[in-house]
Formats: sequence, C-alpha cells, structure tokens
Amino acid sequence: MSENLVVPTMAEMMAKGEQPEVLFWVGCSGSFDDRAKKITKAFVRILNKANVKFAVLGTEEGCTGDPAKRAGNEFLFQMQAMMNIQVFDGYEVKKIVTACPHCFNTIKNEYPELGGTYEVVHHTEFLKSLLDEGRLTIEGGKFKGKRITFHDPCYLGRANKVYEAPRELIQKLDAELVEMKRSKANGLCCGAGGAQMFKEPEKGNKDVNMERTDDALEVKPNIIAAGCPFCNTMLTDGVKFNHKEGDVQVLDVAELIANAQDL
Amino acid sequence: MHILSSLLFITLTVVGFGFFAINAKKIYRNIKLGQPVDRTDNPQNRWRNMLLVAFGQKKMFARPIPALLHLAIYVAFMITQIELIEIFIDGIFGTHRIFKDSLGGFYTFMISLIEILSLAALFATLVFLSRRNLLKLPRLNMHDLLGWPKKDANLILMMEIILVLCIFTMNGTDEVLFNMGKSHFAGQGSFNFSVSQYLGPAVFGSLSEGALHVLERIGWWGHFIMVLCFLNYLYYSKHLHILLAFPNTYFANLKPLGAFDNLESVTNEVKLMMDPNADPFAAPAPDENAVPAKFGAQDVQDLNWVQLLNAYSCTECGRCTSSCPANITGKKLSPRAIMMKTRDRLEEVGKNIDANKGTFVPDGKTLLNDYITTEELWACTTCNACVEECPIEISPVSIIMDMRRYLVMEQSAAPMELNAMMTNIENNAAPWQYSQMDRLNWKDEN
Repeated sequence: MSENLVVPTMAEMMAKGEQPEVLFWVGCSGSFDDRAKKITKAFVRILNKANVKFAVLGTEEGCTGDPAKRAGNEFLFQMQAMMNIQVFDGYEVKKIVTACPHCFNTIKNEYPELGGTYEVVHHTEFLKSLLDEGRLTIEGGKFKGKRITFHDPCYLGRANKVYEAPRELIQKLDAELVEMKRSKANGLCCGAGGAQMFKEPEKGNKDVNMERTDDALEVKPNIIAAGCPFCNTMLTDGVKFNHKEGDVQVLDVAELIANAQDL
Repeated sequence: MHILSSLLFITLTVVGFGFFAINAKKIYRNIKLGQPVDRTDNPQNRWRNMLLVAFGQKKMFARPIPALLHLAIYVAFMITQIELIEIFIDGIFGTHRIFKDSLGGFYTFMISLIEILSLAALFATLVFLSRRNLLKLPRLNMHDLLGWPKKDANLILMMEIILVLCIFTMNGTDEVLFNMGKSHFAGQGSFNFSVSQYLGPAVFGSLSEGALHVLERIGWWGHFIMVLCFLNYLYYSKHLHILLAFPNTYFANLKPLGAFDNLESVTNEVKLMMDPNADPFAAPAPDENAVPAKFGAQDVQDLNWVQLLNAYSCTECGRCTSSCPANITGKKLSPRAIMMKTRDRLEEVGKNIDANKGTFVPDGKTLLNDYITTEELWACTTCNACVEECPIEISPVSIIMDMRRYLVMEQSAAPMELNAMMTNIENNAAPWQYSQMDRLNWKDEN
C-alpha cells in the first residue's frame, strides 16, 4: 500500500505559526495497538481527503488517565489529566476529535473540572459534520447492500448519548443497517470498559464479549461496525472464537468510509 | 359509643404517625451519616426530573407491561389517599360519609373512580404475585432476594389485597344498608358507586342488618388500620420507595453518565505536586481534631448522602441486575445486591448508634469485605447499564467506583494486571509497555 499520510504535529504547526482547525487525539490504543492503528490511519486518510487542517500531538500525547480512573486510581488519573491539560493549553487547543470513546468521554466530561475545557467530538460526529458541511461525500462502494450492525460503545452511547452520528454514516454507505436486540441505550457492553481491557475477567459462565458477539451474530450481519478500538478488539475476538472471521468483519465506522472509497 | 370509637381512632392515629415519625427521623439521621455533596444546582432541571421520572413514571415504561400494572397500583394508591381525609374526619367526629352531601355528584364520581382504580390495582397485584411466585421471573427470583426480601415483596402485595377487600366490604355492605334505609348515612336508595352498587347486593344482599353493620365497620376500620400498618411497615421494607423515589430523583446526578466525579482532595495534592513554585509548608497546619481523610469508600459513612438515599430508595426490582453484563455472564456482581447490602450495612450502623447513645462504636465490620466483596467490585465494566435501567435514577456504579478507589489508593489492592497497567501509565504514559517516543510510529508503518 502506498502510504502518503499527511500527519502534522502541533509542534510543527506552531513552528510555522499556524493553528489547526482540530486536534486529532489518537489515544494509546490508536497509537500502539496494531488493530487500532488501522483505524487511526483510515481516519487520517479521510481527513486528508477532505482537506481538514488537523494536527496530532505525537510524542507529546499521553494516556488520558481513563483506565487508571476507572480502576480507582484517582491520583494517577489527575496527574495524567493535568499534564495533558498543560499541553493542550500550551498549544491553545480549542477543539479535539478522537476515535476512542474513552478518551472522548474523559476529556469532554472530566477534564473541565480540572481546568481543561475544550470542544470534544467523537470521530463519527466529526465525520458527520464534514458530511453536513459538504466537505466530504460518502458513497457505498463495496458496502452497497451489505448488512451492517452497529455496536454502541457504552462510553459513546449511554455515557454521552451519541447514537445517531455513526448510524447516519453507515446508512450513507447504502448499506442495510440492522439493529441488534440490545442497542442504543439498552446496548450491551463489549466487556472492556472500566479498565477490564487490562485484566482477566472475574469468574462466570461466559465472557462478556462472547455474549455481545452472539447478539451481533444473531442478526446475521456481513459487518459488525464499531466506534471504539476496545469494542473492536473484543468483538473481533468473539467473531474468531465463533470461527466466523471468514464471513463477518469487524470494522470501525472510519474504516468503512475509507474502505468504501479505496482511500 | 361514639366517644369511645373517636378516642380509639385518635389514639391509633397518634401512635401510628408517631411511630412513623420516629422511624423517619432515623432514616434522615442515617442518610446524614454520608459525606456532603452538593445537589442543589439547577433546581429547574431537578424538579422536571422528579416530575417526569418519579411522578410521571417515565423510566418504568422501558418495560411496558410491568409499567402499566405498576401504574395501576400507583394511581390507585395516590387517589385513594383522598378518601383518607374523609376517614379522618368521620373517625374523629363520629360522622358518616361527611363529604357526600356537600360534594354531591363529585363525591359519587370520586368514590367510583377509587373503586375502579382499586379493581385495577387488585388485578395488578394478582399478576405481580403470580410473576413472583408462579411464573418465577428470573430477576425476581435471584439469590439476592432469598429470605426477607422475597417475603417482604409478597407481604406488601397481600397487604394491598386486604386493603382493596376492605374498601369493597365497606362500600358494598353500606350500599346494601343504604338500600334498606339502614345506613349510618341518612336516607335511602343507592350510592351509585361504580363497582359496589352491583357488588354490594350480589355479595352481601342476603345478610342480616346486624351482620351488615358489623361487616361495614370491619371494612372501615380495616381500611384505616391497614393504612397505618402500611405506613409503619415502609421503614422495614423496600416499599420505602413510594416516599423516597421523589427526593431520590430530585437529587439524582444530572451530569452525563460517563462523567465520574474528580476527588477534590486529590486535585489539591496533584496541583501542589505539579506546581514548581508550590511551598508545601505554606499549607495550613492540619486541624488536630480532624478525622484523617480517606480516599474512596470503605464503609457507609465514606459514601455521600445521595448514595445512602439511593440505598433506602431501592425497590429491589432488579432491572439493574438483569441488564448488567457482568451478571448476565454469571459473575458475582449484582448492582441490586450492591444497593441492598449498602442499606443493610447502613441499618446496622444506625442500630449501633442507637445502642450507643448517639455515637458509632466500631464493630469490626465494614461495607467492604463484610458485605461487598472485591470480586464483585472488580467485575464491573462501568458501562452504566444499571443506571440507565433504574426507574428512579439510582447509581450502583458510583458506589462501586468509590470502593475501588479505597482498594487502590488506601490499600494498594488492585488486581495484579491492573497494577501493571497503572505502572505503565506512570512510566510511559500508556497502559501498555511502549515508549512515549514511539507514539507517532504508526504514521510511517505499512
């Protein structure tokens, strides 16, 4: 694949005396996890295509502190938050977009009390706004007529009531959006939130991601769409466990849009 | 005779309400054992929330069938209270149906409405009983509810049946007596109440006048005594929600569900740590009498008062638990049990305070471990499904989080893998062991 990603950093922008329209917060998953890096790149390709003037923090970015906070380590969380806020404020950041609902939730809802108030949007909301402004067009391409079901990430949906943006994007692909029995406010967790991503689950009959994958497979989709790198990992594992990886793909909404247009 | 019954009525009323007042005061005191938290902002939104969620039953309708049945009982309960005004006046002054003449057609309408609602409530009660005991609905038959909670639920349903039966006995027999011109209410004819004008003659028509009078009094006194019993039973029951659902929704969290509170005590320390000009000795000398602050919650007194109010308001309906991903997949966590255990511990602390003349004497127990295990706490994904489901906006997640904070910050008792994750964040600013310098490598990778 010929990669011509244009990914300016805030430091480079500042050196040129420029200010980006939006800061793209990549997140730890999007930076280091092999699966999530593909989501990051897909999103950047769309941003490049739509000529969005954005920048990343690169090596100046550090974990938002979300997993530490949900694990109960308020000290570590606040240390991370304060450091990030110092960086944001140093670059006079106003608007932040991220593909990780956990980063999104934390920066949007928990940073303001610590002195960091920004306009924070999830990448599906941002893509939706590009679409509404006519800066981006979406065509179905290879997803035309495919059955796609969307899994609501808890920290995007229930926690922040973002339900429609990802669905509208999927519908733009001329795909058939099928809803799982448990969806939107009644959606079931993928099993990774609250720092569960980083530990073995407690003893039970079943793992949460298996239960959720069953929900998804029940509607016989071609694609399970997600809007969170953690959900993506959990559902991919679930699909593999069911030996369905040949029939069912797990893709982020950004990947759907980028792939549809062979970006 | 009438003086005697008036005296009896007044005595019962004073004792009944007096007892309730004593228990209500206890609840208030126990809730106040919690830490302060400000929930007085945005009164407009709070009132709206209370009207929609508690008064309007908005969230109940996520499950329409139980919602309709519950609504029948709820509306019947509310409207029947109007009749209580008449019962009090009649009881104290020895009158009979004091409002009938002055209200005329409206009186007939009101009592008729009460009768129809009572019938609906009776039907709902029977369905509820069978859901619990015959259909054995999973969420109403989990082991959380073994013992008292199950008995409590059935008892209250039985009480409701008795209450409704009293209403119909009272009105039905009085209808027959009125037809005979022998009612305590002057005149003769039919009361024209929607249900008892038919039910009365059909069921009680063949009885003698004496028996009718006795039955009528049994219905009237039975109704009144049941109301007093019900009122005093609330304190020992999950049915406290019929009162506390209202303040509970008023003081509910208005922030997005994903916004967890930032501990202020931590903020001050972190600021001090990060400020290069900070002079740690400039901080005011600690108050010698102050209790050393704890991070997070080990016992009920470490929770805030809204969380304690939540515990008293919980109806144990189990909607939270039936939507909890951890519980669905067979893990020990049950959000309902978190609330029930919090209330049980709070009650125990309250009794301890009563027994020790107003101060709590440590009893070697805490909410953590003795009631709620760490296994339950670590199973939570903080997905907020339980909060979303709760018909009266209780947040089990907030209690779980505060207890995790205690485990991690006071006891360093996080699961090993989480400690590794946190060490990574401290060292590399990422939960995995990658260098921060490699954060942008993805840009050039294929």
